[in-house]
Amino acid sequence: MGIFLYRIDDRLIHGQVVVGWGQPHDIRFLVLVDDLVASSDWEKDLYRMAVPPEMEIRFADVQTAIRDHATYAADPRPGILITGEISVMHRLVSGVKAIGSVNLGGIHHRAGRKEKLRYIFLTPDEERELLALESAGVEVTAQDVPGARAVPLAEVLGVDNR
Amino acid sequence: MSDEHTPDKARAIVVGHGEFSAGLASAVQQITGMADRFICLSNTGMAPGDIEAVLRSHLTGGTTVIFTDLPAGSATLAARRVARDMPDLVLVSGVNLATLLDFVCSPATSPAEAARGAAERGRASLVVLERH
Repeated sequence: MGIFLYRIDDRLIHGQVVVGWGQPHDIRFLVLVDDLVASSDWEKDLYRMAVPPEMEIRFADVQTAIRDHATYAADPRPGILITGEISVMHRLVSGVKAIGSVNLGGIHHRAGRKEKLRYIFLTPDEERELLALESAGVEVTAQDVPGARAVPLAEVLGVDNR
Repeated sequence: MSDEHTPDKARAIVVGHGEFSAGLASAVQQITGMADRFICLSNTGMAPGDIEAVLRSHLTGGTTVIFTDLPAGSATLAARRVARDMPDLVLVSGVNLATLLDFVCSPATSPAEAARGAAERGRASLVVLERH
């Protein structure tokens, strides 16, 4: 089964991931790709304690995730790979050609970002980075929970590409 | 929630998804009339750093207890970050109505003791009743 979902979510591990996606899709492992978290034992312990015992969590910086992606993909269990930043997912996609789709799960407000959806706020640079992902052949959609509609990137950005 | 409260009783923050905390507080109010012991917060639409900042801003005036909904939730993770540099802070995740009722009615002299007792009561309140 391997990686079921490649998700950008600034909350990283939280209820929507562990329960919202995790339970209906029987997710058995998470890969948290974040350079800071991967280098901090305290951060890793924080997230380890947040996941249920039946769910494995792995931590990787971007270079390690690129190196180990084939292992994640070959895992017979369904998993979710998560980054907190668009730029991190972009770096990962640049190093792993097998990634065909990316889910925008939650990018919240901060200075310089504008609201695109209730749970998606983007700076102009981030918009360009997402468009670059699509130009590289990656399908980008926004969907916070499984029951919601997957919103295509063009619709998220308000771009009419018909 | 109102800032008026019983001065000699411990207060606590209740934080979770959606209207979870406000809903629990309304039930506490209906049963005991003591919902003013809680500061109710929602993590809806908030980035992790914002949740943490809001929690810190309410941890004043002797409030040293945080109740959260999901152990894996972003509110719990934010509270654990706060607890890292607030050693007196007590965090209880998986809160339910029985927990909060026990907390407001507790005769314990310290908020931590009240929170520990409330957590036990909340855990014991989960019962599966089946007809055999």
